[in-house]
Amino acid sequence: MPEFIARRLVQLIPTLIFILVVVFVLVRLLPGDPASAVLGDRALDADVERINRELGLDRSIPVQFWVFVKSFLTGDLGNSISLRIPVTQLIADRLPITMLLTLMAAAIALIIAIPLAFVAALRRERLPDTLIRGGFQVGLSMPVFYIGLVLLTVFGANLRWFPVGGYGDTFPEHLYHLFLPAVTLALSLSAILMRNLRAAIIEVLDADYVTFARSKGLRTRLILFRHILRNALISTLALFGLSIGTLLGGAVITETVFAIPGAGRLMVDSIYGRDYPVVQGLTVTLAVVVSITFLLTDLLQAWLDPRVTK
Amino acid sequence: MSLLRVRDLTATFGAGASRLTAVNRVSFDVAQGEVLGLVGESGSGKSVTLRALLRLLPVGGAVSGRVEWEGRDLVTAGDRELRAVRGRQISMIFQEPMTSLNPVLPVRVQIEENLRAHTGLRGRARTARAKELLDLVGIPDAGRRLDEFPHQFSGGMRQRVMIAIALASEPRLLLADEPTTALDVTIQDQILKLILDLKDQLGMSVVLVTHDLGVVAETCDRMAVMYAGRIVETGSVTDVFARPAHAYTAGLMASVPRASAARSVLHSIEGTPPQLDRVPPGCAFHPRCRFATDICRRDVPALEPRVGERLSACHHADAVAAEGSPV
Repeated sequence: MPEFIARRLVQLIPTLIFILVVVFVLVRLLPGDPASAVLGDRALDADVERINRELGLDRSIPVQFWVFVKSFLTGDLGNSISLRIPVTQLIADRLPITMLLTLMAAAIALIIAIPLAFVAALRRERLPDTLIRGGFQVGLSMPVFYIGLVLLTVFGANLRWFPVGGYGDTFPEHLYHLFLPAVTLALSLSAILMRNLRAAIIEVLDADYVTFARSKGLRTRLILFRHILRNALISTLALFGLSIGTLLGGAVITETVFAIPGAGRLMVDSIYGRDYPVVQGLTVTLAVVVSITFLLTDLLQAWLDPRVTK
Repeated sequence: MSLLRVRDLTATFGAGASRLTAVNRVSFDVAQGEVLGLVGESGSGKSVTLRALLRLLPVGGAVSGRVEWEGRDLVTAGDRELRAVRGRQISMIFQEPMTSLNPVLPVRVQIEENLRAHTGLRGRARTARAKELLDLVGIPDAGRRLDEFPHQFSGGMRQRVMIAIALASEPRLLLADEPTTALDVTIQDQILKLILDLKDQLGMSVVLVTHDLGVVAETCDRMAVMYAGRIVETGSVTDVFARPAHAYTAGLMASVPRASAARSVLHSIEGTPPQLDRVPPGCAFHPRCRFATDICRRDVPALEPRVGERLSACHHADAVAAEGSPV
């Protein structure tokens, strides 16, 4: 197992280099430039030059890339052009909000998906299965922002059970404020997970080792969790890991609908403002977060399935 | 006195018009300390019969009839009652040791969960018993191997692990579903011998499902031959081999290749066993039978004493028996 972890960590290095290159190139391919975004259309050439010099954009591309890489190695990502505060501080303020939102959404998705997948698989082709699958089909075909607006209207504005926006100040308040957005994000993920897990459980149900476990006279609960769920989760876990990336992306829309000051909102605002340092810093940080999620997924999978580390 | 009495055991899959009958009113007894061989081709219903005894059919399967065990009927027993019998009094081992052990759990967990469910053993005593069981089935270095996973064992060793798990609570009856089919020939003999040794040591009875008549001749006391979901002949192994009383049994025996001085043509039964959804009327074997007459096409023959004590479901049992053994 330690070798396995070490091997996976080493594999992370080329991934990170690749991410740096892609982010650097993509940001420079965006139409428009920071100077005109800051100064407007009628800027003087001298001012544009001054801004470009300040941002180091007058230097050659290889030098810019070196400065860019060095900024990540030293941890000094520069200052935001529009907000005039250090990018690292901006990310440290906003990213935890998005990560908490994503974690809550992932947890809610699992809490919804696992029991329903069991019910659907054990009652397959009967009424409960049809209802569950039909319901999720509807949920899956609705856009995230629409689900968000419906939840907001019903549970926020009408029933007043939950706040309609913001983030609160204390941790319990954060959880309370993020509940509806997290449910919004979780619904489509839980539909995908439920379908996948249902299929995996159906496959495992008739496996020889499950019949053997039943022949031992074990309690149903033990067979369900130890023998069926654990094996079925192995394939679903891979999908779950991949979905975390999608969730982070989905957070952009959800944060906008619910007015949450998270990294998703920051990203959208920075792209519009051509705020290169923020876009670069945030993209790379998000990419690293996703890479680490994949690493954790792999480790979890290796823990569930001892054949993986072989 | 029989340990297990099976009467009119029937196993079906699906419902309505698409319902298939895999096992059709099967009756047999298993005596204390006896080894009963359940023989037949693939699809004859022998494995389903074995699973139906403990109600271990896949989703969609239903069992009816009676399985009398220690004064109760396992077909109607409640879940709790059934759990107390499964693994404790009647255990089962399967054909594929590769797929029958849970790939993600160490062997220790898979043995100890049986001990936990059926014995009062706790903690260190339970581990000691698990190790003792691996010793019993001839796995070297048992203490260390307890914490290994199934994929770290060879095929033969895996089958031994499965036997160790099945025997953990010293059951009185072992149901063995083709336990040697997936193994090399040399390993097959070792495993069969191990099962017979353990049967004597623990005073168990065994129901052995196999398609291999050689295995039956070597290991069983009595045999029941199955075809298209029914038992067509049953009797002591010596009697049946000496003088089969069903045309299908005779055909099966004639198809076993023999090592003899003179090379002879390899015999086989013409045709294939019927699909479950189109079992022929009358005797299901008649389309492939050289003894078949009108009555065979019309009436299902009852399983009854036809040649001496021997139960046969063949209208022409006497004619078949008169030909003697094809072996």
